[in-house]
Amino acid sequence: MADIHSSDAFVEFERVQKSYDGENLVVKDLNLVMPKGEFLTMLGPSGSGKTTCLMMLAGFETATHGDIRLDGESINNIPPHKRGIGMVFQNYALFPHMTVAENLSFPLEVRKMGKSEREAKVKRVLDMVQMGEFGGRRPAQLSGGQQQRIALARALVFEAELVLMDEPLGALDKQLREHMQFEIKRIADNLGITVVYVTHDQTEALTMSDRVAVFDDGRIQQLAPPDTLYEQPENSFVAQFIGENNTLEGVVKEINGDVALVRLDDGELIDCKPVNVSKPGERTRVSIRPERVEYNKERLQEGVHTLKAEVMEFIYMGDIFRTRLKVAGNDEFIIKTRNAPDQVRLQPGTQIEIGWLPQDCRALDA
Amino acid sequence: MKPLNLLMATTALAIAGGMASAQDMTDEMTIVSWGGAYSNSQQKAYHEPYMEKTGVKIINDESSAEAVAKLRAMNEAGNVTWDVVDVVASDAIRLCDEGLAMEIDPDTQLAAAPDGTSAADDFGDLLVSECFIPQIVYSTAFGYRTDLVGDTPPDDICDVFDTETYPGKRSLEKRPINNMEWALLCDGVAKDDVYDVLATAEGQEQALAKLDTIKDDVIWWSAGADTPQLLADGEVVMGSTYNGRLFSVIEEQKQPVAMLWDAQVFDLDGWIIPAGLSEERKARALDYIMFATDTQRLADQAKYISYGPARASSAPLVGQHAELGIDMAPHMPTDPANAKNTFLYNYEFWADYRDDIDAKFQAWLAK
Amino acid sequence: MSDQTTSGPVLAADGTPLKRSLARALRLQKMRALALIAPLLLFVLITFIAPIADMLFRSVENQIVSETLPQTVVALADWDPTTGEAPDEAVYRALAADLKVAVEDKTHTRLGSRLNYELTGASSLFRKSGRKVKRMDLESDTSFKEAFTDIDRKWGEVAIWETIQTYSPKYTNGYFLNAVDMRKGPDGPEARPENQQIYMMLFGRTLFMSLVITMSCIILGYPVAWLLANLPTRTSNLLMILVLLPFWTSLLVRTSAWKVMLQQQGVINDTLVWLGLVADDARLVMINNQFGTIVAMTHILLPFMILPMYSVMQTIQPSYLRAAKSMGATNWTAFWRVYFPQSVPGIGAGSILVFILSIGYYITPEIVGGNTGTFISNRIAYHISSSLNWGLAAALGAILLAVVLLLYYVYDKIVGIDNVKLGG
Repeated sequence: MADIHSSDAFVEFERVQKSYDGENLVVKDLNLVMPKGEFLTMLGPSGSGKTTCLMMLAGFETATHGDIRLDGESINNIPPHKRGIGMVFQNYALFPHMTVAENLSFPLEVRKMGKSEREAKVKRVLDMVQMGEFGGRRPAQLSGGQQQRIALARALVFEAELVLMDEPLGALDKQLREHMQFEIKRIADNLGITVVYVTHDQTEALTMSDRVAVFDDGRIQQLAPPDTLYEQPENSFVAQFIGENNTLEGVVKEINGDVALVRLDDGELIDCKPVNVSKPGERTRVSIRPERVEYNKERLQEGVHTLKAEVMEFIYMGDIFRTRLKVAGNDEFIIKTRNAPDQVRLQPGTQIEIGWLPQDCRALDA
Repeated sequence: MKPLNLLMATTALAIAGGMASAQDMTDEMTIVSWGGAYSNSQQKAYHEPYMEKTGVKIINDESSAEAVAKLRAMNEAGNVTWDVVDVVASDAIRLCDEGLAMEIDPDTQLAAAPDGTSAADDFGDLLVSECFIPQIVYSTAFGYRTDLVGDTPPDDICDVFDTETYPGKRSLEKRPINNMEWALLCDGVAKDDVYDVLATAEGQEQALAKLDTIKDDVIWWSAGADTPQLLADGEVVMGSTYNGRLFSVIEEQKQPVAMLWDAQVFDLDGWIIPAGLSEERKARALDYIMFATDTQRLADQAKYISYGPARASSAPLVGQHAELGIDMAPHMPTDPANAKNTFLYNYEFWADYRDDIDAKFQAWLAK
Repeated sequence: MSDQTTSGPVLAADGTPLKRSLARALRLQKMRALALIAPLLLFVLITFIAPIADMLFRSVENQIVSETLPQTVVALADWDPTTGEAPDEAVYRALAADLKVAVEDKTHTRLGSRLNYELTGASSLFRKSGRKVKRMDLESDTSFKEAFTDIDRKWGEVAIWETIQTYSPKYTNGYFLNAVDMRKGPDGPEARPENQQIYMMLFGRTLFMSLVITMSCIILGYPVAWLLANLPTRTSNLLMILVLLPFWTSLLVRTSAWKVMLQQQGVINDTLVWLGLVADDARLVMINNQFGTIVAMTHILLPFMILPMYSVMQTIQPSYLRAAKSMGATNWTAFWRVYFPQSVPGIGAGSILVFILSIGYYITPEIVGGNTGTFISNRIAYHISSSLNWGLAAALGAILLAVVLLLYYVYDKIVGIDNVKLGG
């Protein structure tokens, strides 16, 4: 595990566990250290424990075991309203009986701030989210995207250093979502705030985050920057969960430094990078990204093993071509190629040979 | 809202009535009474023998408490579904006044006594309205808790107003009738002058002033079952109600309660036949009345409840209680030992003064 | 293109003007919709609207006088009661003629009952006169004035004639005047003597006590509704059954149960005496007064408050409270500033329900109200079923209806009726 020195730590989870019923652990031994100013995303399927972690940080759930620290101070026994953490909720939770300005003014009022100061801050934050003239409206009179901006503004208006976001873009349509991803990232960077962002949308996680924590089964499966996560998944769950991925199953035949030779279940041999296999004889699941598969023999390295493949289906997707192959008994093997002028459009039934660079093919746990 | 409910019920009744009119031709009749022990006594003494004799099916309806209002509503809706109705005499007079009850000729439509005395003579003064066939004489009297009155049990109506000798709550009916008379009687007005005094505004003030002296000690009742319950619970030390109710508290439930017969007020209860029945139903109703008010039947009823038969000729036939086996005569309000000082409900007076005095009484009560 | 000019109306495919064709299509739709709701409409019309209209009509209707005594009313029109003289012979002759007809129809006693509401003694006067008027002969008798004053000297006095004259119009405001403790005097409406004033006080008491009952229901019902909306489903279902349980018990049983609880020899007093908190001779009076009515009615009406509150609270997402807390609000501030305002529509709906129900309640006040805890509806019930003064009952009911509508209007102005929710 990465060992960031405690003095840099702004948010820390140390051996945190959570159980609701006393029988099953929803969060198992969570350790996480975040420096100030980081944009960290908790990504995972539903039920993986990511939202529970966020709620423990916000103070709405208590940790069954372990310590949560904010700026070096344990917050386990501090009630939510004294934590000073901003939060954006999945459904925005804008108070329907207050106007936008009243909503924004609420956190300032409970901090006993003077009226003129409140107004100034509300105006500033409204301008920041480009909603300057909407102060007098009720939340119900706003569109989804506008509500989203107000919810964001409300979490920022009292100048919290840590802002939690619980799937804030889930209710928006695709185009708006992409726009808001950019917007949130920009504002977070400008203000230098620390953000913990929960989502189950991997694209969102990859485009916005400094680091992504992939959750499954109550544990962080991998904590890494987006590119590392995508290109060097450390186990087959992460490889499957992030991006599109082809898997082939087999047994390690031999390991030779950086290259492992794997015998697939149908007897063919391929070259891989051993990630979490250590000795011959182990079962492994091999992972290759569709865009790293090469079928043009001229571009393949000398001496690498290739596999025979049959084209099953060709799908034209505009910017890319997506071709489904049958490889080593797996007929869901996908390759993606750029729609370049010289690109071949493979016709179903064609027999081809495919290969890849050994470092793009990762031998993971079975 | 109550009036709406009633009006709605009226309308619903009208609709239901329209659908039920086929009933006219069947051998069924609906008899309305008060329910409880009283209806039971009628069932045993009248209905069952009559059904056996004629095969007619009698349907019981326990609506006598609202009989006048309901009959008026039925009459307005043009569909009377009742055949014979048991009402108190004052209600019978009003039903007769309103044209809602039919007039009865005692000589031709009621049975003569076994010795040949005509029905008119046998009932005598109790025929207080042309529409009314008397059935029983009952009285409104006081009962008291024998264990709460010390060594000198009350024997005078004015003991009700004596809260020093008999501390504790009393229950009185929530209406001016009877209470006003008792108040005047205990405020020094001679019995013969009571109604002359009560006819004047000053007299009414006087009666209310007397009642005012015990107002804080009174629980007001509106249902006949209230006082027996209050006595049984020990909530009141004495209270007025119908003598039959007190009989059942004393003899059937064996509660420590005794009668204070002084200044009991006689009242009558009996039958009316609603006006506007079809000939067939009218004939059936009259046939029932002829049967149910003869000398023997009236005497039979006294086996089941301690109310006196309205015919003079029935009195000697009153025997023992059907279940308890005790002599009923000493429990009758008309028994000479009980009837030393009595009132008869003054129908004429109250028909005239009821609205006026009630308004004053209620205003006084609400103060 | 076709030869159709732009100036003419747009035509449908079959040549009829498009507008007419559209109207026909819509009319068909409307008819079908109307046919579907017709049974309900008819039902509401017959069982609700018609009785209310009937009630409003009864509160002013007074045709009985002019219908029973048509000639007398005409003959009496010119008579001036201020002279202190009884009317002249012509009026008595008319009365004899009218009464002869009335006796045949048996309507004279009914008129007597009606006039008895205004003048004590009219009832027996008409009954008595009815019997004797049969013997009068319109052809041969000479002095009807004498004949009538022989029957009863009241016929020779001004009072009865004045009453007949005052109430001879087909419609009267007399019932309404009576309902507000006034009466028709010689110089127009005047207040009734103080010892007969009761209705205004009862209206006031009814409104006041209904308000107290509504407030008690809010205070007791709010936490229960909150629990219902926020407990786990299994627990809240059990609680819901407890809330609904009273609905499955007869009203009379529940009211009588309160009697057993609250009376001086009742369960509560017995317990207090046993605990030594209250002396045996100083048992608390908790029933047959306003307190008893308020307790019993609050209990009976509580579900009507809880259910609308609950269904509104159910829609308030817990994230609102969390949001408020995350912004630094304490539990109380979060509740008061965020949760409570959103639950107001439920309180509003419950309050309207409870208030309107309690304003018309009469069984419970009758049983446990004694003389200080009774409502106006008890008097209405009395006039409907005992005194048979349906005109007065209708006037009281109409005023009650008007008060409710007025309060509803005021509520709408202050809170806004769209701010009332029964759920969702």
